Order: sequence, then structure tokens, then C-alpha cells
Amino acid sequence: MVETFLPETQQDVPVIQPRLGPLGWLRWIWRQLTSMRTALLLLLLLAVAAVPGSVFPQRRIDTGRVQAYLAEHRSSGPWLDRFGFFDVYSSPWFSSVYLLLFVSLVGCVLPRSRRHWQAMRSAPPRTPRRLARLPEHATRTIDDPAADVVERARQALRGRRYRVTPYDGGDSLSAEKGYLAETGNLLFHLALLGLLASVGAGLFTGYGGQVLVVEGGTFSNSLPMYSSFTAGTRFSPGDLPPFSFSLDKLVVRFENQTAGGQLGAPREFTATVTVRDAPDAAPRTETVQVNHPLLVDGAKAYLAGNGYAPVVTVRDGTGAIAFRGPVPALATDGTYTSTVVVKAPDARPRQLGLAGTLVPTALLQPGQGWVSIFPDALNPRLVLTAWAAAPGQDGLGVNSGVPQSVFSLDVSRLTQLRDTDGQPARLLLAPGERRDLPDGAGSITFDGLRRFASFDVSSDPTKGWALGSALLALLGVTTSLFVRRRRLWVRVTRDEQGRTVVEAAGLARGEDAGLGAEVKAVLDRAAGDVKE
Amino acid sequence: MAVNEGLAQASNTLVYSAMIVYTGALGAYVTDLAARGRRRAEGPVAAQVPVAVGAGAAPDADAVGADAVTAPAVTGTRAAGIGVSLTALAFLLHAGGVLTRGLSVERVPWGNMYEFSVAGSVVVTGVFLAVLARRDVRYLGTFVVGPVLLTLGLAVAVFYTQAAQLVPALHSFWLVIHVSVAFVASALYTLGFSTTVLQLVQERRELARAAGRAPRRGRFMDALPSSAALDRSSYSLHVAAFPLWTFTVLAGAIWAESAWGRYWNWDPKETWSFVIWVVYAGHLHARATRGWDGRKAAYFALAGYACILMNFMVVNVFFVGKHSYGGL
Repeated sequence: MVETFLPETQQDVPVIQPRLGPLGWLRWIWRQLTSMRTALLLLLLLAVAAVPGSVFPQRRIDTGRVQAYLAEHRSSGPWLDRFGFFDVYSSPWFSSVYLLLFVSLVGCVLPRSRRHWQAMRSAPPRTPRRLARLPEHATRTIDDPAADVVERARQALRGRRYRVTPYDGGDSLSAEKGYLAETGNLLFHLALLGLLASVGAGLFTGYGGQVLVVEGGTFSNSLPMYSSFTAGTRFSPGDLPPFSFSLDKLVVRFENQTAGGQLGAPREFTATVTVRDAPDAAPRTETVQVNHPLLVDGAKAYLAGNGYAPVVTVRDGTGAIAFRGPVPALATDGTYTSTVVVKAPDARPRQLGLAGTLVPTALLQPGQGWVSIFPDALNPRLVLTAWAAAPGQDGLGVNSGVPQSVFSLDVSRLTQLRDTDGQPARLLLAPGERRDLPDGAGSITFDGLRRFASFDVSSDPTKGWALGSALLALLGVTTSLFVRRRRLWVRVTRDEQGRTVVEAAGLARGEDAGLGAEVKAVLDRAAGDVKE
Repeated sequence: MAVNEGLAQASNTLVYSAMIVYTGALGAYVTDLAARGRRRAEGPVAAQVPVAVGAGAAPDADAVGADAVTAPAVTGTRAAGIGVSLTALAFLLHAGGVLTRGLSVERVPWGNMYEFSVAGSVVVTGVFLAVLARRDVRYLGTFVVGPVLLTLGLAVAVFYTQAAQLVPALHSFWLVIHVSVAFVASALYTLGFSTTVLQLVQERRELARAAGRAPRRGRFMDALPSSAALDRSSYSLHVAAFPLWTFTVLAGAIWAESAWGRYWNWDPKETWSFVIWVVYAGHLHARATRGWDGRKAAYFALAGYACILMNFMVVNVFFVGKHSYGGL
């Protein structure tokens, strides 16, 4: 990444060396890697390598879609998986592209920083012998004494904030400005390194997870409360700050106008929570919305999802209450038709399990049964089937030691309860209703409906560093693109008639449409045509 | 908050009216280009400028200062003037359409793909008119109003969505900052793309001339600036757009952090914004690399614009991600 301003850069000149020793080869490889052309190809490769991640489902975003893709593409799927197409951004090939790019960047930016440091501390280079050869050149013959002309030129250049040095015994001036362009350019590249370092450090120190809280329930920040949790290698569970919050209320509003064609689209999610920063701290009330996370003790809690939690009471065959409480139900579609699973492992004599659907705004459709026509809970119904274990057996497997999902019911060791006609029992409940299970196995009551909210809790201590680096990169690139690096020279000579010949010439790094005008303006000032 | 149906209706009428006026402007610009081509080939100007001989580049811009850089060798005809007037009128109607749409739902009018296309294209026209105030770039009219009209056509025919409130994920002032800067950056890239295409075509003709072959078609191209001058215009546009796009990506990351908890999650939209950034960074990088400037660097700019179109049209509609509230 060496810019082409200085003609003496060797990076892009083809090097012909007859025989290279190991050291020579290393040097050759290093020079290739740090050349502008390689950096450009790596940039191109980076763009191309990033694309598959947007085409194929990614594990870090949605594992379920990756599983579905693998199930659908039985022959190509495993091969894609082997080459990391479902984990593109942590795959060896993607990592190697950006690591090589950053190595190339370091190899180029460090020597350039050194050169720039030296250039800033040294005087502008000697006035070239033949100014006429430079891309911008203008000349004028006048009668003023040479010393006056040089002085006026010096003032003109100083006024334009050039650094000016006299050469040729005071007959010529060499001037340069726009060092900030190179400074900005270097800042940009160094800030990108800082950004990469911040992102990398975040992978070591951060943590994040999902929690589900039913209205009225409380989350306290400890590992068992999370339904999923990931953390960097330098994280230990003791690092979790001991805050807690309870969900007082979740307000959910949906579009209720049919005009606009967006009936049922979400319009508002507002969670009211009571937060304690530590177990003995005073509680405070906060509002959490989609774009307004809860800030608490170095972590943030984002409102990520919501759903219904029907409150049910299950009585067992002895008439005792075997389960009572809210059961979070996962929504499966835009009208919040939700999957409900109720487990009553304490039921006697037989453990009971119920599975089915919550329909928030239920309508009986001929041929389809109960369907939800709106996401709000205007007419909720529970539609359940019931299962029972063999008497005295742990058919639900809750005591087996194997972790179980609360959202699914493993029926392999359960028997479905049937009505007297032999059909599977189907229990339809409105809020407040109770249904008895067949065979005197017990009963279920639909006590009412609450909402739950799911929160993403995360902490990434390096976020601030990443933001700072990105802002510096923006500042750097803007400076480098808009500040123009220019060199200007003015020389005074005498012609045969003894008149004063003023020459001015300019050279710019990169594209600079205004250079010619600048050269002319300085020449006019030097010749005394224009007073400023 | 209810939707004001009257204003929403007015917005649609204004957008349709703007499209009609744009069509008129496009006709005027095309007429102008054709007339310039004729004048260039037959008129007195052709005698002064020896286009058919020499190294190819028309000797206009290289020798003179910045103001002449984008000035065509033949000044515009009366049709060009009519084109500009119609463009200004269409801009007012178009801007009115965007404004009434915003008022009808009492929020910024870029909450779905239809609104984004309509509001984005008004920025393209606005930037073009702003550049026109400083430089005579009327020859670009066809290549600016054409795409704007195409975008509007696509918006009303394919993306149309009725005025409605937003999903909660969009309730953020970052919607104003992030998206409006993205508009300006995309508008500059659109102008840059048009200029780059013209530059490549012009360069091809110049090379053909240098080889002694007279280009058969596209006589109007003779009325446009040399490829070197177009190249400088394209550079200015891309240089202005790059920091704005950098800011767009940065603001998007900040918004993502406050909405989803992660500032970067490789969502398809994020991925493609990143790809666009890398390709345009490559474009600027190529310009500073010996052996890669000129044509090859121009291809980077074209690839970058293809990625912008991809990001807007394909990613929103076909890819699954957190940005899929395009409202289609």
C-alpha cells in the first residue's frame, strides 16, 4: 500500500534477481505481500469471500435454518459444511484473507509512517532544475527586482499555508502543503487495525445469552437462568454482575386497521421492568423497547421477542395439584399460533404431559379447526392432547439427568389418553374452563393468559474501542480524500535583456484538478499583478 | 396513530405527475444529445476541434482549469434548457410526493422499499440539480433522469406499499440519520456510475480513433467531454461518496447495537453493505496503484454499483435476514 507519489518507490517495479537464497525468497515474498497490487487483490478476495455468508444460512445467526438446509440438500450440504459455508466468517479461508490483508497493511503502513514522520520533520525537497517538465508550469517576464518577486512569492505561499524553504541562494522557493492527507491516510489504515483488534478482543472477554421472563417473573443474572449462553475464553461465571430484574408488564400492540394492508403487523413492544443492580440495591423502574435496551452494570438487556404464557393448573388422578403456573408458548406464525407443552412430573399415580396449541384470537374454520386470525389475545383458546406415563414410571424423563427442552414433549415412553370411542382425547379450553382427562388420570384448568418477553443479555467491554477505531477511520479517510498534497516551486532568473523571469510549477499527489489554478495564482502574486 | 388517507392519496398523485414530467425531461435531454452530435459532426465547432486525428483525447479539459473539466465541447441546445426546467419541476412534484407521504403517516417517509425508492431517487435528482448549479453537466441529464424514472417505475409497479405505521424495530432516530446519509451516498454513486459508463464508452471511441478507425455508432458521444475529463468527474463523485458510505455502515452498526445487541452480526444486508464498502475502497485503492488505474479501476466502480443494486433489490426480497421488513 505504497502510494505512487514518490517515484522512487520500488514496490511495483518488477525485480529480476538471478538466484535467491532463503532470505532472498522471504524478502521477495514479503515485498509481494506488501505491494499495492496484492493488497488490491486481497480486498477483491475479501469482498468475494464475504458473499457466501449472505447466500447460505449461517450457524451463528440461525442454527435451525442450517439444519433445514442440510436435511434438504443431502449430497451437497455436507460438502458445503466441510468447507465452512455455514460458518463463513470464522472459516479458515475467510480468516486467511483478512489476516493476509492486515499483514499486508502493516507491512505497508509502518514503513510509510516512518517516511511520513521524516518528511514532516524535514524541509521540502530542492527545487528541480527544469521546472518546465513538471505537470503544471507557468512563466512570466517582468521588470521588478528579483528579491521583491521572491519575497512576494514567499508571502503568497505562506498565506496559502505552505511550508516554504529557499534554495539556490535565495533565487528559488520550494513549498509543500497537505501533509495532513498522508496523516489521515495512515490514521485510516491504523484505525482499521485498531478495529480488528477490538473485535478480536471482544471475542475473548464478552458474554451473551437469552433469557425468557413471564410477566410477574424475575430474572437474576446467573448461568442457570439463561436458556442459551455463550462467552469468550477469558470469561468465568463469577464475572456475571449480580443484577436482577422482574417483568412487571409487557405492552404489545398490533396494527388494527385493515386499510394499509398491514393488519396484525407489530406496532409497539414496551416492557416495564423493575431493576435491582445488586441483591441489596434499591429497585428502580425502567422501560425497555426494541431500540431502547436496559443498561445495567456493564451489560445490556435487549427486548428480543415476546409471546404468550398460558397459566394452567394440572390435577392428577388423586385430585392433588401436580402443576400450576405459566407455560411459555413459542409462537409459530405471524398470528401467534403458539406451541404449548405442559409437563406434570409430580402427578400420581401417572405422570402427565399435555401438548397442543394456543390460538390467541380463535375462529372455528370449517375443515381447518381452530385458527388464529389476529396476533392479539382477543379470543384465546387452548387445544391440547394428553399423554400419561406408566404408573410409577418417569416417562417424562425429567429425573433422567438428560437435559430436556421445556418446549417439546418426548412421547416415546408415554401413552396417549383416549376417549371412550377410541379417538385421542382433544381438550378445548377457554380461559377459566376446566376439562377432565380420560381414565380418571386428572384434569387441566386454563386459569388465564400472561405474556412473556425474551431478552438478549450481552456484555462486550471492547465495544467502545471498536466504535472509537471506526470513528478515527472515518476521520482519517475523509481527511486523506479531501486534503490535497501539493508541492509548488518558484524560481527567479534573468534573461538576456536583464529582465526578471518568474517561473512557477506544481506537482500533486493523485488527482488534483485545482493545481493549475493554484500555480497561476501564486505566479500572479509573485509578479505583483494581484494584491491580497 | 391513524394514516391520513387524503395525504397518502395526494402523495401518489404527485409521484405520478413527477413521472410524467420526468418523461418530458428525458425526451428533451435525448433530443439535446442528438442535436449536439449533429452539430459536432457538421457545424463550425467540428472544424476547430480535430477529433478524427491525433491521440484521441479531445483537447478541451487537460489544458484548462477546474471549471472547464466537465464542460462539454459543444454547449447544450435549447432542448437541454427545457430538460433542466422540466427536471426542476419534476423535482418539486417528486419532493412534494415524498413530503406528503411522510406527513400522511407522521414519520420519515422511508420505511419500506417503495418509500425508499421514491425518497432515494428524489435525492439523486436533488444532487444532480445541485451539481448543475455549479457546473454545466446537462449532458448527464439522460443518464440521471433515465435511472430516476426507471426507479420510480419500479417503485410504483413492483414495490408499491400502502401508507402505514412502522414495525417497532424502525422506531429510532437512526432511521433518519443512517438512511438519509445512505441516500446521499447512493445518489453520488449513481451519478458516479453514469459518469464511469460514459467514460468507458468514450475511451473506447478514443482508442478506436487512435487506431485509425472511425466509431460507427453513438455520434452524440462526440458532444461529451473527453474520457480523461469524465474520469476526473467520476473520481470527484466517488471521493465524495466514500466517506458518506463509510458513515452509513458505521451508523448502521451503532443502530444494530442499540436494537439487537450486536453491532455486527453478518446479517445479509450488513454483509452486502460491507462488500460495497470493500469494492469501493478497492476502487480508490486501484486508482493509486500503478497498472490498475484507468480502465481497471473503472471496472471496480461498476462492480461497486452492481453491489448497491444487489443490496437493494435482491437482498431485501430474496435473502432471509433481520432487514426483511422491506414491506413487499
